[in-house]
Amino acid sequence: MVKKLTFSAAIAVGCLLSAAPLAAETLVVGNWDGYMPPDLLENFAKEQGIEVEFTPHATNEEIMGKFMTNRGEGYDVVFLSSPFAQALNKLGLVAELDHAMIPNLANYYEEARALPHDPGNRYSAPYSWGTTGLCYREDLVEGTPDSWNDLLDPSPANKGKVTMLQTDRWLMQPALFMLGYSVNETDPEKLAEARDLLIKAKEGLLAYDDTTFYSKLVSGEAVLVQGWDGWCNYGIAETDQIKFILPKEGADLWVDTMIIPAASENKELAHAFIDYVLRPDVHSWVASNILYKVPNEAAMAEVDPALIETFPNLGMTPEELMKLELVEDLGEGQRAFTRSVQEVLSAN
Amino acid sequence: MRRPSASLLLMAPGLGWLALFLVVPAVIVFLLAFFQRGIYGGIDYLFTLENFERAIDPLYLSILWQSALVAGQATLIALLIGYPAAYAIARAGPRWQAVLLVLVMLPFWSNFLIRTYAWIVLLNRKGIINESLLSWGLTNEPLALLYNQGAVVTGLVYNYLPFVVLAVYASLARMDRSLLEASEDLGAPAWRSFLRITLPLSLPGVAAGAIFVFVLSIGNFITPDLLGGGRIQMVGNLIYDQFLTARDWPFGAALSMALIAIMLLLLFGQALLVRRASARRAEA
Repeated sequence: MVKKLTFSAAIAVGCLLSAAPLAAETLVVGNWDGYMPPDLLENFAKEQGIEVEFTPHATNEEIMGKFMTNRGEGYDVVFLSSPFAQALNKLGLVAELDHAMIPNLANYYEEARALPHDPGNRYSAPYSWGTTGLCYREDLVEGTPDSWNDLLDPSPANKGKVTMLQTDRWLMQPALFMLGYSVNETDPEKLAEARDLLIKAKEGLLAYDDTTFYSKLVSGEAVLVQGWDGWCNYGIAETDQIKFILPKEGADLWVDTMIIPAASENKELAHAFIDYVLRPDVHSWVASNILYKVPNEAAMAEVDPALIETFPNLGMTPEELMKLELVEDLGEGQRAFTRSVQEVLSAN
Repeated sequence: MRRPSASLLLMAPGLGWLALFLVVPAVIVFLLAFFQRGIYGGIDYLFTLENFERAIDPLYLSILWQSALVAGQATLIALLIGYPAAYAIARAGPRWQAVLLVLVMLPFWSNFLIRTYAWIVLLNRKGIINESLLSWGLTNEPLALLYNQGAVVTGLVYNYLPFVVLAVYASLARMDRSLLEASEDLGAPAWRSFLRITLPLSLPGVAAGAIFVFVLSIGNFITPDLLGGGRIQMVGNLIYDQFLTARDWPFGAALSMALIAIMLLLLFGQALLVRRASARRAEA
């Protein structure tokens, strides 16, 4: 406990330090580590003749924590998933995007301009999008997975060799889809049904795993996992025996976005950065590098077709994605949702 | 008159450090526990006791109980392994003692996470232990060594064992050898001397080591996550999830306060035990 308290103190002091005014021409970008090409920031800095500072975060939750303590001061552009952008916007911590300063917004697919969490991209610019499905070892799994039930109630041969995601919104998804409910369900009775299904599923589960599930597939420790499309691609990159499939009961649509904190002191440069990312050559380099789909029509047209052949889920069209349900912030429903998640995780 | 001010001066950096990085954050967490979560995860500064009411919900109490159970198992096993080791070190020659003590502390030279991942490499279904057992024909199927409570307890014992060894060693090394000689002269067999003299005198060390292991284990959230595969939920994970995933800082703060209260009670109990033991020593 002592350790943890001093740790949070260190964070608090770190926040104080990062809140100190920066040189006007330094752009501070917060993104997941490894979620953009390594040379992207450098190239932008060179083009603009400015400095760029990169502050990595491991999870959406981590960057949200920073916003809670200092309102996002010290950041100019932050990458985070749409429900979190949505919550920050409701808290008034996000700047409105000035479309005149981001002409490359025109490169977006029509669908990316009408996403339910932010129609018209008023405060968030989609960076990548995708879905969550089943990722499996074709040569090791028994049968051909096509249903969330293959994960919730694995066949005897697959038992103990499946993993599921642990982050609350994704942990509940297999059960919610199996029951035909929304990914944004907050009705306690429906959540209780999903909870019971997930508690039963723990019997056949190897582990909950958000970060190394594709390595477990590569080693053969797991044969079937719940995973994000782009992360499944990291497994496919190592062995072509790994496949990705969307279960027949449905799947979610997630969108990772770029936002500018209202507290940013470099809004002009921040807009220029977003515009730079959305440039077709840059954004297609992003897609080819991180192996995630980007919502940029002009950029996707530039992605090498051979790459899409190797990683078929890169080729999912916006029409296909729009049939899926967007993960949205739950507002007051979050408490009931988290409680169900806790009940699942703590059940023996 | 100069003395107290000099010692105050010497203590100032340490006290200042503690005040800044321990007391202030603890006070902040304490205060947070009395506010409400905003709809979108911020903090509404309205006074409430609801967070404490929620903390005693059977769901959270069962997680606390589960954590205490896991921490208790880790403590017991660490004592059973650590006490004989400390005893052997205390009886070794002075030169060996130094070497052995360095060996006990050696694991601290590498990163906690790396050591935990090393256990994953050892224990997983395709890991070194399972592959060896299979190739020697000792098992036909890989054993489920990882992602269960046993793996979590193993990881906790491994990480915190040095604390037990060092604490018990410290109390054994301080022991007055002439007591044992006297006991021997009076005809007591070795086991009786151990039970009547060595063990009682080393109890404060045992208590200190046990508290270390228990307190560090019950608040740990990385080991259950990595070695338990998230299947074992401990109170540390619960608090972590409230602060980060649920963005419910006030409730996370209330849970933290409950955990701190339990730890303070344990430390208080240990202090009491030490005082009684030293009082007994004074009588003897």
